[in-house]
Amino acid sequence: METTLELTKAAADAPVPVVLDVNGRIHRLTLDSRVTLLDALRDHLGLTGTKKGCDRGECGACTVHIDGRAALSCLQFAVMAEGRAITTIEGLAGDAGLHPVQEAFLAHDAFQCGFCTSGQIMSATTAIREGRAGSDAEIREVMSGNLCRCGAYPQIVAAVRAAAQGRD
Amino acid sequence: MHAAFTDVTRVVAKALPHDSAAKHVAGTAVYVDDIPEPAGLLHVQLGGSAEAHARVVKLDLEPVRAMPGVVAVLTAADIPGRNDVSPVAGDDPLFADGLVEHVGQPLFAVVARSYREARMAVRQARVEYEPLPALLDIDAAMREKLFISEPYEMKRGDAERALGRARNRLKGRVVVGGQEHFYLEGQVAMAIPGEDGEMTVHSSTQHPSEIQHVVARVLGLPHARVVVETRRMGGGFGGKESQASFVAAAAALAARVTGHPAKLRLDRDDDMTMTGKRHDFVMDYDVGFDDDGRITGIDFAFASRCGRSADLSDAINDRAMFHADNAYYLENARIRSYRCKTHTVSNTAFRGFGGPQGMCAIERVIEEIALHLGKDPLDVRKLNLYGTTDRNVTPYYMTVEDNILPGLIEELERSAEYRRRREAVKAFNAASPVLKKGLALTPVKFGISFTTTHLNQAGALVHVYQDGSVHLNHGGTEMGQGLNIKVAQVVAETFAIDIGQVRITATSTDKVPNTSATAASSGSDMNGMAAQAAATAIKQRLRDFAAVTAGVPPDHVSWTAEGITAGDRHWTFAELAKEAYLARISLSSTGYYRTPKIHWNRKAARGRPFYYFAYGAAVSEAVIDTLTGENRILRVDILHDVGRSLNPAIDLGQVEGGFIQGMGWLTTEELWFDSSGRLRTHAPSTYKIPACSDRPPVFNIRLIEGQPNREETIYRSKAVGEPPLMLAISAWLALADAVAAVGDHKVAPRLDAPATPERILAAVCDVRRRAAAPAEAAVPERPAAE
Repeated sequence: METTLELTKAAADAPVPVVLDVNGRIHRLTLDSRVTLLDALRDHLGLTGTKKGCDRGECGACTVHIDGRAALSCLQFAVMAEGRAITTIEGLAGDAGLHPVQEAFLAHDAFQCGFCTSGQIMSATTAIREGRAGSDAEIREVMSGNLCRCGAYPQIVAAVRAAAQGRD
Repeated sequence: MHAAFTDVTRVVAKALPHDSAAKHVAGTAVYVDDIPEPAGLLHVQLGGSAEAHARVVKLDLEPVRAMPGVVAVLTAADIPGRNDVSPVAGDDPLFADGLVEHVGQPLFAVVARSYREARMAVRQARVEYEPLPALLDIDAAMREKLFISEPYEMKRGDAERALGRARNRLKGRVVVGGQEHFYLEGQVAMAIPGEDGEMTVHSSTQHPSEIQHVVARVLGLPHARVVVETRRMGGGFGGKESQASFVAAAAALAARVTGHPAKLRLDRDDDMTMTGKRHDFVMDYDVGFDDDGRITGIDFAFASRCGRSADLSDAINDRAMFHADNAYYLENARIRSYRCKTHTVSNTAFRGFGGPQGMCAIERVIEEIALHLGKDPLDVRKLNLYGTTDRNVTPYYMTVEDNILPGLIEELERSAEYRRRREAVKAFNAASPVLKKGLALTPVKFGISFTTTHLNQAGALVHVYQDGSVHLNHGGTEMGQGLNIKVAQVVAETFAIDIGQVRITATSTDKVPNTSATAASSGSDMNGMAAQAAATAIKQRLRDFAAVTAGVPPDHVSWTAEGITAGDRHWTFAELAKEAYLARISLSSTGYYRTPKIHWNRKAARGRPFYYFAYGAAVSEAVIDTLTGENRILRVDILHDVGRSLNPAIDLGQVEGGFIQGMGWLTTEELWFDSSGRLRTHAPSTYKIPACSDRPPVFNIRLIEGQPNREETIYRSKAVGEPPLMLAISAWLALADAVAAVGDHKVAPRLDAPATPERILAAVCDVRRRAAAPAEAAVPERPAAE
């Protein structure tokens, strides 16, 4: 019995190969299986635009897209994201320049310290795409998972509204 | 005429975006934890006390050392310098040495190869405690008369006599809770050892100079061997003024002992457990007033929870006293202050720095006077406002010279339709048995300057390069408040160049020394002036050079955005810089500023601690559910004074954000310590800061126009960081007004802060009970330490 436990523990501690598709690029990593997607992005791929605010799925600063849907990268293991398309703030802008939501956040001063901004933008882009940003009330609700301690909420709502209506 | 006082500006007063705006939306702005990690970086974590007050009988760290990846374990014995990370009083050890005085107080640090290994190892310590009696709250400390410093008093007129002769008299108690900063970026520092014992520290701090001094003190180094750099913070709010020190010092000690770079990033729970918060206050009042509601005498006794050490508590409690008048003339006033020592984490600076708590007390007093007399609170407020030519001396003997509140309040009353809405709220309440609405208009008068006079100084460093690009550095730090763009605007304006030509660089103690914290709302006032002085010095040299070159007197040199013209010569800014360099003219200068006019005699409690006041007012409308305590702030109207704004977009953001943060403090943010002194609200799961959905659905904010600062501040602007937070007192009192409606405004609602649904429901029940038995005495007991 003890031997089995030891083996299980050793197996858990052994690094595993993980292939991640991030912003359209394939990355081959060898990670402890308990490494979160957030830590894989920040510490192993150097993609530090995704932030660690609370590390427990409550502040929204670590929001990324997994297969086009908003997800908290601190609440998933990197291995769980294998074979799925991950987009971070660094991958949002295209060849033509900033994503319209990024443009809208710029135009509306929708940040102060900037630490929550990448998460806000990642949540806003999916909310708009999924048709959940049709009114201010809807925006206020759908964006409430992304905390902004500076209280830039009026500008965040204005930016999301503008982006949803297809203007800066 | 001095450049600061011309009316036409090109760059200043424009709504330019935050200096890092493009980087923020692209995710490329670098915070301390984003800096590429140097080779061999080690990770530090802190082991904290499990007891609130105890002697440490045994600290067995062998199990920690035995954990995988552990490189070193550090205790007080490993400190080469002094075991002291305090800002003022010398009473904050980096590591507790034998005695612990709050849950979470650091006892040791572990240094490991990875963050995870450090986290795993730090839990393995075996500590034996001999528990001692713990005083956890204000009442307990007042009973035992345990203070972090002597009680203090401000006094003007004869409050006792005035109270004895007052036509009406009320006594009561106001309790307001503390507040966790919850900067989204937690405390973090990375230390990199250099040659000859040098240490470079990247710290997320509002006070790089203090980090420098503390790291030097702990390592036993001269200040000159320590460099502290801060590019930006992911929020500060006062929480990174004095309490970034222990994080930086632990990282630096780890780097010194191991010889490797070392980083310490506090996990969110540790951050909330180990760092101080806004002080909670218990404030007793005894007020006398005439039949119109004019205050004739008042006696305040403020007691605050300072926690285990002094930190900045003396200055914070002083500021609470300085704002016990808020906007009102108190002819006969006595204000006493008790700074309670408790066995909880040492409380610290938080936006407003004690001022908000003091204001809560007087604003509650005004509401109670109005209820007692059956008047609208707004009328009682107006009656008691400071005058402009008389009735204008504060309880600390400073004459209020710049009072714009009478006109400001009139304007807001009109634009927010206060009187019409008061009637509408009454009508709603008459028809609505379960939901009740409330309305409140509250003013803010906030004193600008550090009340510790010597801190009111700042420095800047400006270089002009041969291509005409400009390097700007100043002693202030950027935490999202837009300080960098404002100071850059001042420099661009001075040189008449585009903002894009000015490069803002990270705050660093080797560029501008001996700086004060970016705090007290003073960042742009002081650093803007210092940067202007530096740029003006270089501009003067360039102007003189142009004059000599063209053979004209210096005052015949024309300097505009189109270029510099003297006689028959014309240069662009870059051409002039290049030519001046070739002629061996220095293109670099420091700049320095010290705030004029201010003085303070603490012993006599008299002086002029503030250069000027910033003003504002807000109207909030709230609705409560009297069956559940659930509530909403429905509408907020704000009119706020920023003098002549340096940047209206930035200032508007500060006003909105300040209000929202204040609203969180007074409504949803509740710190809850259990009976053994453990903070049970140590994550966003249990500690509720405002979310996007909490923003008032109607939120009308205007900055006052045409009211430049009457003092000679930078372009006649006013400080904006802290004052708007206190506008949120209107939200708290609107909720209280809704509670009062339950008893038909016959009894005072006594709704303490934070006005959580639980507290609102309790207040509703209490008002119902008292309204049914109106003869009951309404006076709580006075504090024990009178």
